[in-house]
Amino acid sequence: MKNSLNICVREFKSYFTSPIAYIVISIFLIITGWFFFATFFLYNQAELRNFFELLPITFSFMIPAITMKLFSEEINTGSYELLYTMPVTNLDVVLGKFFAVFAFLIVMLLPTISYAVFVSFLGELDYGPVIGGYIGAVLMGASFAAIGLFASSLTRNQIIAFIIGMTFCRILTLIDKMLFFLPGKVLNIFQYLGADFHFQNISKGIVDSRDLIYFISVSFVMLYATDLIINENK
Amino acid sequence: MIKIEELTKYYDNVCAVDKISFEIKKGEILGLLGPNGAGKTTTLRILTCYMQPTSGNVSFENFNIYDNSLEIKKMVGYLPESAPIYPDMLVYDYLNFVADVRGVEKTGKEKQIKELADLCGINEVMHKPVIELSKGYKQRVGLAHAMMNNPEILVLDEPTSGLDPNQIIDIRNIIREIGKKRTVIFSTHILSEAEATCDRIIIINKGKIVADGSTEQLKEKNSSDYLIHISLLNAEFNDIKKSLNDISEIKDVVLKSTKDKIVDFNILCKTKNDIRSEIYKKIKNTDSIILEFHTESRTLETIFRELTRES
Repeated sequence: MKNSLNICVREFKSYFTSPIAYIVISIFLIITGWFFFATFFLYNQAELRNFFELLPITFSFMIPAITMKLFSEEINTGSYELLYTMPVTNLDVVLGKFFAVFAFLIVMLLPTISYAVFVSFLGELDYGPVIGGYIGAVLMGASFAAIGLFASSLTRNQIIAFIIGMTFCRILTLIDKMLFFLPGKVLNIFQYLGADFHFQNISKGIVDSRDLIYFISVSFVMLYATDLIINENK
Repeated sequence: MIKIEELTKYYDNVCAVDKISFEIKKGEILGLLGPNGAGKTTTLRILTCYMQPTSGNVSFENFNIYDNSLEIKKMVGYLPESAPIYPDMLVYDYLNFVADVRGVEKTGKEKQIKELADLCGINEVMHKPVIELSKGYKQRVGLAHAMMNNPEILVLDEPTSGLDPNQIIDIRNIIREIGKKRTVIFSTHILSEAEATCDRIIIINKGKIVADGSTEQLKEKNSSDYLIHISLLNAEFNDIKKSLNDISEIKDVVLKSTKDKIVDFNILCKTKNDIRSEIYKKIKNTDSIILEFHTESRTLETIFRELTRES
């Protein structure tokens, strides 16, 4: 387990020694900031709902961009071979990389707290939905990271990894909107499978165990699948 | 120390390694030779637990690759071909990371990295990113990676491929230096390298072992006949050939060239007995002058070619 921390630290640092971290974080902040403040003054309400509503869409393409290199690049350059012949287990590698993205995600979200601070100066801010929103964002980010990691383990090509990861995250985000023509009861099932539905629940400020279990199980299943793929490739 | 039994590896339907069995003793420097695609890299990858074989077993003392891969990985330091180190990391950061993963104690870490940097001669590139290094330096960083935390066994896959002659000699010296204390297994297709560094050589072809032994043993074993080269001045080839016919050990006399009254020819001998004195006596009776007269020793090169040639 100690090695999974070593791998996590190395991966996390590698984001910041390359331009990836700076580009991804600035684009994330520009997009979320733009869409949030563009309508914020029109609604004239001291809340962050707009910011959180757009988050699933933003995450579904930002996170696969962060995770796409994790396995693909290593397989492609061959550093995979060096890593796996050191005394590490599959689990060390998968968890190490997953938590590196998780840490990155938190760093990416931290500057957006300034939006909350800013809004709180303008009016009475209801902290429930804000705290709920951040819990939801972290959980959803984690499950998208697991999906991205899985996509990256499938191929040595980063672009393919990105597209697979993004498509998968998009489907989870938009599934209920894509299947609007289905009868209500069937739609409810698909809605339950979608990430957006659970995220919007939490971001209302109601942290329900069903939503927590959903995100945790998506992460778990995807990490397990990644582990299987890696084993299979040996 | 290391026992390889009936090791077989298939990639889909292609057989890369075909029922290889051998043992490696502690402290041996073993060279794995073979043409490209012979199965050297695959064998080494299985030894280092990077891949699982289709069938067969490898055991390191009491550990085997199926159940104790973590213990084996701790014992083995591995340098893959072309040393694929993370390109964006600084050399020092990389070695630091490797030291952490291989469980080097915090207190001894700096000292160990310094020692390896001295041994591999990478002090001046410690603060450069790996991507900026020349092939030779990258290979040395790879060696330092492999030797981190003093593993008992070192596995090196073509450690000198793509290096210039000076770098090759440097790396070879490092390998010999390490080999004094540890078991080293390395693959190569440069024969002089194997001859210069190894205690023992195994030649693989198409996934099978075709020869196993020290350089001397290999030469001995594969020399059922030998060649004598002679160069004579003022001689007539046909006369010489006729007079040499009396010696029963001679298999054939082959003319190589005639130029300015100098006749060059080879004598193929059936036995290992030295028949040079008989030949000399025959030539002494003629008017010819001997310019050259020597046996051609068979090099590892010719043995390798004979064993691995496409038939």
